[in-house]
Amino acid sequence: MNIDTLLDNTGAWMSSGDDEQIVITSRIRLARNLKNSAFPGWGGVEECARIWSSLRPRLAGLPSIQPEIDVGMDELEELDKQILLERHLISREQVEKGRGSGLILSADELVSVMVNEEDHLRIQVLQSGLNLATAWEKIDQLDSEIESQTEYAFSDALGYLTSCPTNVGTGMRASVMMHLPGLVLMEEMNPIIKGLGKIGLTVRGLWGEGTEAIGNFFQVSNQMTLGEREADIVYNIEQIAREIVEHEKNARARLVEKKELFLKDHIGRAYGILTHAHLLTTKEALDLLSDLRLGVDLGILKSVGRQTVDELLMTAQPGHLQKLEGKALKPKDRDRVRAKRVRERLSRGDSKPKRQSRTHE
Amino acid sequence: MNCELCQAHEATVHLTQVIDGSIKKLHLCEACAQKNGFDMQGPISITDILLGMGGKREEAAAPTSERSCPRCHMRRSDFKKSGRFGCSACYEAFAEDLPSLLRAMHRNDRHIGKVPAVAARRVQFIKELSDLQQALDQAIAEEKYEKAAKIRDRITACRASMEQG
Repeated sequence: MNIDTLLDNTGAWMSSGDDEQIVITSRIRLARNLKNSAFPGWGGVEECARIWSSLRPRLAGLPSIQPEIDVGMDELEELDKQILLERHLISREQVEKGRGSGLILSADELVSVMVNEEDHLRIQVLQSGLNLATAWEKIDQLDSEIESQTEYAFSDALGYLTSCPTNVGTGMRASVMMHLPGLVLMEEMNPIIKGLGKIGLTVRGLWGEGTEAIGNFFQVSNQMTLGEREADIVYNIEQIAREIVEHEKNARARLVEKKELFLKDHIGRAYGILTHAHLLTTKEALDLLSDLRLGVDLGILKSVGRQTVDELLMTAQPGHLQKLEGKALKPKDRDRVRAKRVRERLSRGDSKPKRQSRTHE
Repeated sequence: MNCELCQAHEATVHLTQVIDGSIKKLHLCEACAQKNGFDMQGPISITDILLGMGGKREEAAAPTSERSCPRCHMRRSDFKKSGRFGCSACYEAFAEDLPSLLRAMHRNDRHIGKVPAVAARRVQFIKELSDLQQALDQAIAEEKYEKAAKIRDRITACRASMEQG
């Protein structure tokens, strides 16, 4: 597989349109297992290898995944694994796997199946914006396609049987990724995280945990998988996500209204550092780019487009950065190269290169 | 505050989960948290850790004759250590442990979501078989043997197609 082909775009997970300022993507994954085999963590490498070689051609031929890319974890360089991780196509656990585990992926990155991660199959469907209902429709169909070729481990009482009992039942995790800088700046994120916890939803940082979420990107997902219908879980999270979007819009409006000077200063400083720094860690770059994204959304920052910011949010990550440089780099060198790339990209601008010297009002 | 497991190091990992309306808290040091499979990056489940802790205490007390899965030979202590089952048959082998675990983790203890077509067909077959069996019993009771023979043939056919999937 040629991972390099993925680098031509910012990745499906961040191809946000104009309506998707706050909700970036909707994602559903299903955990499934084969009826007569031990789960990957217990069955051993040989059994995993046998399952992978039998599933690989069958999954690769599925109509819902065309055109597809399929690759064994043992066929990938470390850097390629890192890229797939940063693009949310494999998990941290899958990165650690070698022979016997693999990935089937549609070329547009919207559909993917991890084989022999924690479960035999981890099916994932992604949609941009707030669109869990469509994601469920698509993954339901793909799941039925796979099921027509192989028998799943299923019990009438407990549903789909998974390696970890936290996933048993629907085996479904539905999540919505959101950019919530307004709520973080207004210090209103903590009560929301606590409140959602009480109704069985989990809020996690896209990078990092809790309110320490780097770049103010959060994922809201269901924790429970047994005793609820898939469609109800999906509906519930969509409703909650709509409410959070309203809260975020409200927080942004109050920032503009009551703390305009603070807001402009905050965003201006982020732009100043990003355009002039010579060393940038991943965390600092992502945090500042998040501020820039808010500035663009609010019309405070006019010299940069959101697409540029989103592209940088992707390429500032260590795997992508090293891949673009064409070699492995030490952390200190990465910080230097990252700063250089960000500086150059921002001064180049989007479509109005002449305005590069004037940043904002 | 010191770690509730080793009592030696400062607790830096604080877990809170609401189970059946009551709040359970757990304070661990980083080493113990990691040892118990608490993944700093992954989703948090206090139950996995609680289960792991229970396993350790019990192992020390009574390591003899423990239950294990007849199919994949995972022992109960293996499950307690990892929080993960070995195969789908483990759900039956360790059925005794499940209700409290599932209640702590989930909304309910019964699946009401999607059913694979194969399983749905099986349920249909089972219903059809039980209907036919009833009809057969009735036919025999009424001494309508010709009818009973026909029903018996249908039962045989239904069983055959059920086995074929």
